[in-house]
Amino acid sequence: METVEITKLQELINSFANEDVYIHLETTNGAYASHFDEKVFNAGCFIRNVVVQYELGKVTPEAPHRVGLKLANGGWIYAQGITHFELDDQGRLLMAGHDYEGKLAVALEISKTPFAY
Amino acid sequence: MLEQQESQILVVFPHPDDEAFGVSGTLAQYANAGVPITYACLTLGEMGRNLGNPPFATRESLPEIRKKELQASCDSIGIQDLRMMGLRDKTVEFEDDEKMVQMMTKLIDELQPSLVITFYPNYAVHPDHEATCKAVVRAIRRMPVNERPRLYGVAFANDTVEGLGEPDIVNDIRDVYEHKLGSMKAHASQTGWMLQEEEKRREEGDTAESNWFTDESMYSYKWDQDFEESF
Repeated sequence: METVEITKLQELINSFANEDVYIHLETTNGAYASHFDEKVFNAGCFIRNVVVQYELGKVTPEAPHRVGLKLANGGWIYAQGITHFELDDQGRLLMAGHDYEGKLAVALEISKTPFAY
Repeated sequence: MLEQQESQILVVFPHPDDEAFGVSGTLAQYANAGVPITYACLTLGEMGRNLGNPPFATRESLPEIRKKELQASCDSIGIQDLRMMGLRDKTVEFEDDEKMVQMMTKLIDELQPSLVITFYPNYAVHPDHEATCKAVVRAIRRMPVNERPRLYGVAFANDTVEGLGEPDIVNDIRDVYEHKLGSMKAHASQTGWMLQEEEKRREEGDTAESNWFTDESMYSYKWDQDFEESF
């Protein structure tokens, strides 16, 4: 993955617009967060292989970035804290936010084909 | 040192590296003694958070990396029969509970283990750990008492000693340091921080009596204090 470069990432986001795409969206602070620190309220979520169509997608200029997808049905997909991206060898747009210790905090991935299980 | 003679061991954990932290030394001792070990690893740790910054892997490439790490860890321990069960990290507790019991029953029927090692229900911290060991306990509970394998559980919740007392199984693993270190190193994507700690400890000539590389402890499952009345 490489550090977000706005122009490049924006072009890639545009290239998946207006057609059915599979989404992986995830936020996490780790399964052990409240084991290591009982004061931490542990919350997180992920969705995988949900099919949507978006008509407009944007990445915001300041790092860590926000990415918003305005869906054709009036809905939204939103991710905050994106630091890295890549178009992988299967043509999928992988975006992720890694914290200062190198742990994944957020992921947003867009693919024209389903993700593995 | 190992107190029991075993004919076959079945290890059931949900994540690659679960075997490394708590039992890799003990398993290496059994493997050295010629006991066949089967490790059923339920997921490939697909949702692991340690991806680095700059990242060395992506959410999608991590499973392949962790699969290789798992195989290398098993090589280091001496586990020859590794079964990857194909579930997804974080989702084990949402699988059908009876299906999970059946998975364990099938393994036990096939392997006829004399000892089964998993986590200890209600003291296993991670939801995948809890779901895994509860399925194992349920499968064994269905067996006639005199046919049941020995069942050891790894417990590391903060309230473990409060709830379970001191562990009854404590193995001195200093003679298999290299095997455990090899297993931990194999899972470099997940254990990097811990290995740095160990290196520092050694460099400083730490002579602490107990740590990851000196002993491993487990609890014999207390059937008279079963985690549930029935399933």
